[in-house]
Amino acid sequence: MSDMALNTPPEPGALELEEAQQDNRSRWLLALPAMVIIGCFATLPLLVMLVYAFLTPGDYGNVVWKFSTDGWVSVLLQRDIFDDTLMWADAHLSIFWRSLRLSLITTILTLIFGVPTAWFIATRPREKRQFWLFLVTVPFWTNLLVRTIAIQELIRSEGVINLILLKIGIIDEPIQMMFTDFAIGFGMTYVYLPLMVLPVYAAVDKLDFRLVEAAHDLYAGRWTAFRRVILPLIKPGIIAGSILVFIPCLGAYVTPRVLGGGKNLMFGNLIELQFGAGRNWPLGAALSLTLMAIVMVALIYYVRVTSREREDV
Amino acid sequence: MSETALKTRPAATESETAVDVIGISKLFGSAQEIRALDDVSVAIRKNEFFTLLGPSGCGKTTLLRVIAGFEPPTMGALHLGGRDISRLAPNQRPINTVFQNYALFPHMSVANNIAFGLEMLGKPKNDIRDKVTEMLQLVRMEELRSRRTSEISGGQQQRVALARALAPQPEVLLLDEPLSALDLKLRKEMQIELKRLQSETGLTFIFVTHDQEEALTMSDRIAVMNAGKILQVGSPREIYAHPSERFVANFIGESNFLNAHLSGNRVTLEAGGGTYQAVAPEGVADGKVSVLVRPEHASARPGEAAGEELAATVETVVYSGDATTLHLRLKTEEPLKIKMPNGPEQSTAFGEGDSAAVTIAPGAVTVLKD
Repeated sequence: MSDMALNTPPEPGALELEEAQQDNRSRWLLALPAMVIIGCFATLPLLVMLVYAFLTPGDYGNVVWKFSTDGWVSVLLQRDIFDDTLMWADAHLSIFWRSLRLSLITTILTLIFGVPTAWFIATRPREKRQFWLFLVTVPFWTNLLVRTIAIQELIRSEGVINLILLKIGIIDEPIQMMFTDFAIGFGMTYVYLPLMVLPVYAAVDKLDFRLVEAAHDLYAGRWTAFRRVILPLIKPGIIAGSILVFIPCLGAYVTPRVLGGGKNLMFGNLIELQFGAGRNWPLGAALSLTLMAIVMVALIYYVRVTSREREDV
Repeated sequence: MSETALKTRPAATESETAVDVIGISKLFGSAQEIRALDDVSVAIRKNEFFTLLGPSGCGKTTLLRVIAGFEPPTMGALHLGGRDISRLAPNQRPINTVFQNYALFPHMSVANNIAFGLEMLGKPKNDIRDKVTEMLQLVRMEELRSRRTSEISGGQQQRVALARALAPQPEVLLLDEPLSALDLKLRKEMQIELKRLQSETGLTFIFVTHDQEEALTMSDRIAVMNAGKILQVGSPREIYAHPSERFVANFIGESNFLNAHLSGNRVTLEAGGGTYQAVAPEGVADGKVSVLVRPEHASARPGEAAGEELAATVETVVYSGDATTLHLRLKTEEPLKIKMPNGPEQSTAFGEGDSAAVTIAPGAVTVLKD
């Protein structure tokens, strides 16, 4: 009897299960094209990099299929030409430091300029926002290289800024701005600003302004209301914007190349060098993976710090 | 005198004014063409449950926002306890608001929401914790202290919003249709709850609603608003029984409007009957006037009118459980509704087309301004 009772009911359940399985299958099918692309063009190259990083450089670029950890060692250390002792690779360290510093500064600058801009746009009447958002995206219409060269025209010694400053007599001789860290930071801030403005705009757009009124009503001044209510609520946008700016900055290539010149290298230029003139593909691969690791650690730290919540009273 | 009992403040005398609204106008629009408030003056007393009642768009919420400080008045002044606060920012006014949709901070727990105002006032941590606990007890929410505000029901959010606004001990509490998002049963509960909180805290409550029943059951005094003006201020009884004009009468309860003749303080209906004692509002001269008779302030019996009774014909009889409403037509062709309570036995002896004799209760005739 009890067996019978146990045996009869599963039928509808089994049917449902089958349906669910089918549902699941069709979902996977939908994801398949994306998975193929990610597999072929992201995971596979990454694996290639991982393998190359453990091989020996060939004489004319490429790699020789011989296991070696030299590529990884050279990321931070360098061998003395004469007595083979290992020491810190100062050149690399200073490039890492410059990359990190400039990326951080750029992220902060895009925050300083981007958040008020996003706020301004999000508080316009709805029909006017389209226009302002359109303006934000206008720079994307031209090639990055062209825009970077345009910045060069602004800041070079005979450029517009120096000419104006000379004319009104604030300075006696042109300020050297090209080929400095300033130039790189300036250029990157300009290039990546829209990537900060757009996600922050989306967050401010969703903000319920009655909450701001509630904060004022409960004795918060403007700054406190911003810090305690607005900021935590638009935080997802700020985090997204910071990630969108910080990561490409770390690996930036064109802007530092054009505005920073040959001396002020950044991470991206250093990697490019290994695959080009340096003919050290394993080092290039190891550097690329190092950059990835740095990005991941920075991201995890950033998200941890920003998602910390206030304790209950 | 239990320990948990809240300290109630001594009842203030009627003359003590908490909020004095003096000739406030508020104009909106690019050319200031929208008059949201039109020369509004009202004195709200200390410890009173004062209600701003009116249809949507009448300016009641604007007036509340002016008092809170969110909207600067275009003209006029606002005094709080005798002090001019017209130019103070919202965070400088000892006034807190319960917002229509509560506006609870979604990134904070229930306790942190309630603590917010106290923190902003720079109260010591221990005091804040004690006060938050006290507030949670007051609104009966102790066990939900560390919940997220998105994890609690609408009624609970309502209580948190109340506790948050009460915690900093404001001089005046503003409530912007706080019950409108709740379902009927919860709304009734919260009406009683609000009334209890008001008497326990002894605060001045300014309550905005478009629900006349809510206004009548909860308020000490009501101001009826329309088109940016306050039409009448009075106790629920005054407002209901003796509205000053047709709009007020129509907005609150059911009404019969009849043509009449005023001479001194005696009123004669055009439809006949006797004369009635009535006090005309200011500015109404003798002669032709409109009067109000509430449906439940008149009664009818079958048969022909005699003496001071009004003659009428029954048009429709509507049974609604506790009462029966007769739709009558007077000999002047004016319609007249009469609502009579139903007894245990079958009460209505009226059929459609029957003659009826109507008696209007003494004091039931109110002369209107228009």
